[in-house]
Amino acid sequence: MAASLEGGLPAFWDEVTSPAAVAALELTFVASLVVVLVNAITGTLVAWVLIRDDFRGKSVVNAIIDLPFALPTIVAGLTLLAVYGPGSPLGVDVAYTRAAIVVALLFVTLPFVVRAVQPVLLELDREMEEAAASLGARSFTIFRRIVLPNLLPAVLSGAALSFGKAVGEFGSVVLISGNVPLETEVASVHIFKAIESDQPAAAAAVSVVLLVLSFAVLAVADVLERRSRRHDA
Amino acid sequence: MRSFPGSRYALRTVALGYLAVVLALPFSAIVYYTFRDGLGPVWEALTDPLFVSALKLTLIAVGIAVPVNTIFGVACAMALVRRPPKHGTWLINSLIGLPLALSPVVVGLALILVYGEDGWLGGWLVESGFQIIFSTPGIVLATIFVTLPFVVREVVPVLREVGTDQEEVAWTLGASRAQTFRRVTLPAIRWGVAYGVVLTTARALGEYGAVAVVSGRLAGKTETLTLHVDEEYLRFNEVAAYTTSLVLAFLAVLTLVAMNVFKPRTHKEVADVDRRPPGNEAV
Repeated sequence: MAASLEGGLPAFWDEVTSPAAVAALELTFVASLVVVLVNAITGTLVAWVLIRDDFRGKSVVNAIIDLPFALPTIVAGLTLLAVYGPGSPLGVDVAYTRAAIVVALLFVTLPFVVRAVQPVLLELDREMEEAAASLGARSFTIFRRIVLPNLLPAVLSGAALSFGKAVGEFGSVVLISGNVPLETEVASVHIFKAIESDQPAAAAAVSVVLLVLSFAVLAVADVLERRSRRHDA
Repeated sequence: MRSFPGSRYALRTVALGYLAVVLALPFSAIVYYTFRDGLGPVWEALTDPLFVSALKLTLIAVGIAVPVNTIFGVACAMALVRRPPKHGTWLINSLIGLPLALSPVVVGLALILVYGEDGWLGGWLVESGFQIIFSTPGIVLATIFVTLPFVVREVVPVLREVGTDQEEVAWTLGASRAQTFRRVTLPAIRWGVAYGVVLTTARALGEYGAVAVVSGRLAGKTETLTLHVDEEYLRFNEVAAYTTSLVLAFLAVLTLVAMNVFKPRTHKEVADVDRRPPGNEAV
């Protein structure tokens, strides 16, 4: 990565602040934030249903949560394009828009929050909830004041991991996003194009920014993970 | 807790509906689009020499990366748990975790900067007659890089949980180090190793970004299965793209089954629920 600094700091700064690079980094950051927010809610919801609810086929649903991890990202991208692109059987065509990027990122980051919240929810002592109920609290109040505070560290650590994944995602996004510079080009695609057009300095500069972001996120996830473990004890 | 059956069904419907829209629907689309035009084109795609050579290359990459990372992973986990260095454990941990946090494209770029023609080692390697980037060794290297963490991360917690009691007993009874490892330690960690190998295989089969950067995409030469999907799609051979996808998806489902077979044995404490998403267990 030192190669990005071969031209000195000013050259690095020029590459990172080029309009296409800024647009790509901004889009990546905002899309990842949106995805993390959606994941925090839906992931918690799915984990809740998988632990507290009971229905036929629950174990199968539980098993397919890991599918986005096992499925190659390019296959995910291709199938999302088939379902949410031109000729969509649902009549939903978001291909080559920013919404498509969010859909792809939602797919590949789905397991993180679910898998972080499940074990905590499983070990959560139900007596607290029962006590609150016997004192007259409504279900929503119980969830907000008792369940949620206990789950929060796990939700946050799962969210941090999905953010890390979303920021660097390439395979699932590359087919469906259209990759229009300044419009729908995410950071990893920007780096890829820079490599293909033989501009390693530009590629390395944006990579360094991604690298710093990933490291920051890893550090945050690590702290939250430790805190949630202390919470368990 | 007062729970209304109505709200329970509502939650269930929303959760399952979300999973259907995001997960199940796209997955079933692969099957539908592969067989939409009947079996003929599917057979053609599967016997296409380009598909066969892509399959071979993927198998070579998996065949090298998985054993290498299994041996490295077990050795590294043993070193980290049984003889932890006094300083810098956090640094080793972050370095091992790095491939998980990095964008695959950045991994590819890093390999080019080191092994490419103008890279730190590349010029010298090319002069000595080794081409790494844009040929098979580069693809193998990229695969090894992205799958490096999985075995280590699965074996470390198991080694910690197993403890050293039995190993000490073996030593006091006069077993050598190698004997102790082979007859005491290895059997104790075998499910952890197996789970790590499954995760490594899945990622090695499916890696796209890092491989796309270093492969150069010479059809029939440096195209893996995942690159073949992409190339066929861009050549408007949709059936070939979907057929290859279906092969990869089938392998993904096999992976899921294997994960569910091995997971409960390695994560005893929480029965059938994973503690963290696969591949992201803290070391």
